Amino acid sequence: MAYSDKVIDHYQNPKNVGTLDKSSKNVGTGLVGAPECGDVMRLQIEVDDETGVIRDAKFKTFGCGSAIASSSLATEWLKGKTVDQALTIDNMTIVEELNLPPVKIHCSVLAEDAIKAAINDYRVKNGLEQIKFEESIVH
Amino acid sequence: MLKLPVYLDNNATTPCDPRVVEAMIPYFTENFGNAASRNHPFGWAAEEAVDYAREQVAKLVGADPKEIIFTSGATEADNLAIKGVFEMYASKGNHIITATTEHKAVLDTCKHIEKLGGEVTYLQVKADGLIDLAELEAAIRPTTILVSIMYGNNEIGVIQPIREISAIAKRHGVLFFTDAVQAVGKIPVDVQKDGIDLMAFTAHKMYGPKGIGAMYVRRKNPRVKVTAQIDGGGHERGMRSGTLNVPGIVGFGKAAELARLEMDQDASRLSKLRDKLESELCQIEETYVNGNREHRLPHVANISFKHVEGEGLLMGFNKNIALSSGSACTSASLEPSYVLKALGLGDDLAHSSLRFGLGRFTTEEQIDYTIEHVRNTVLKLREMSPLWEMYKEGIDLNSIEWAAH
Repeated sequence: MAYSDKVIDHYQNPKNVGTLDKSSKNVGTGLVGAPECGDVMRLQIEVDDETGVIRDAKFKTFGCGSAIASSSLATEWLKGKTVDQALTIDNMTIVEELNLPPVKIHCSVLAEDAIKAAINDYRVKNGLEQIKFEESIVH
Repeated sequence: MLKLPVYLDNNATTPCDPRVVEAMIPYFTENFGNAASRNHPFGWAAEEAVDYAREQVAKLVGADPKEIIFTSGATEADNLAIKGVFEMYASKGNHIITATTEHKAVLDTCKHIEKLGGEVTYLQVKADGLIDLAELEAAIRPTTILVSIMYGNNEIGVIQPIREISAIAKRHGVLFFTDAVQAVGKIPVDVQKDGIDLMAFTAHKMYGPKGIGAMYVRRKNPRVKVTAQIDGGGHERGMRSGTLNVPGIVGFGKAAELARLEMDQDASRLSKLRDKLESELCQIEETYVNGNREHRLPHVANISFKHVEGEGLLMGFNKNIALSSGSACTSASLEPSYVLKALGLGDDLAHSSLRFGLGRFTTEEQIDYTIEHVRNTVLKLREMSPLWEMYKEGIDLNSIEWAAH
């Protein structure tokens, strides 16, 4: 199976690999997936208190090229968005942007789940209620 | 000089040796006859070529030429041996013993047998990939008609104790079949010394062409019979009808002859290269060799690089190095290699494995190139791996409640 040029580019030059201080109140961390399934994503956001804008985003991913590319792309899209805007990122937009084949759609779902998990972590840290998301369809 | 891309997937298939192709060519054009045409020179030339190739193939495995039945490949030979014995010996019993690490061509054939009312015992293997001989013996019942255990494993290269297995089978009056696809032509296989009653093997894993394989079926002590699975003109002593693939058979014969003459030197050269590859890569921390390292094919290494995922790893160099991984991230099931899981490896380690299959045309420069690129990619991906970071922080990954996915 051939990867799209965009997947290859993110794989070779991943954006925003790294770790933010997860104990900081401004940082939300989402850890999704499982080692047994062959992919684990950790996605972190750092939110500006006053504006609610995501100042920084970092990821680390254990997985195939598509999983790495999905999380790299997600961090790029997150930066500069408000938390509310970030919630609108949909896995299918990732699929379209990266030209993921059907067997790799779960990678984009994982990235969307990671965003939601990071946002909820941030919300809980800041005394807000967790948002209840509907179960993702593709697992 | 370094030749790219590097091909290290020789367990999947091998390139044809140019000497094999050269031997085949006249049988496409000048000597195109049907080996069953008994009444003209075209048929005679084809038949003579088939007879000669049958001798070459038989000699490689210590068989009589009459005991070689040509098939389309090893999958067909596996099917013919197992289904053929099941049908032929139905009055004696309906129980077959095999192992969980067999090739799918054997496992799925056994599943089919179960649907037909047969009973199958799937032996577990030990952590090193070898079967437990005491368990094998204990699994034999009065109704057992066949023991089917592979010679060398396609994923990890582990060689089963074939002589001990055949001795147990013989003691209980049970036939012994072995899928020897990865072993024949790579290590000495002798149906007499090894006590094999039936065997499947194929040309394209030993530098011959695709589309031609063989089943060995013993004619003496005991005389073994199988029920044909393909009916027709009664070719191959009635066991496998269908016009013979003469060019393929000629190529198979040539490949068998070359293997017989060059096996020892290939094996000693490749095992040195394999050991170099393995020892260099194992200097990377948290790297493990899968399967028994002593009883193993000389050209195979299966290595797990903890906390990096196999397919992601392959992507780092698969433009220039052809390898296969134990991960199955491309398949919809997301299930990693069942062979590695049968060794008791966790799914995470199974997902993190690569299979290196060296071959006759592998050079030392290519191995050096592979070591460098695999190492660099592992290190790069670990920098990107949350599991590696947690491991380095001393977090027990088993203590984390992973979301079901």
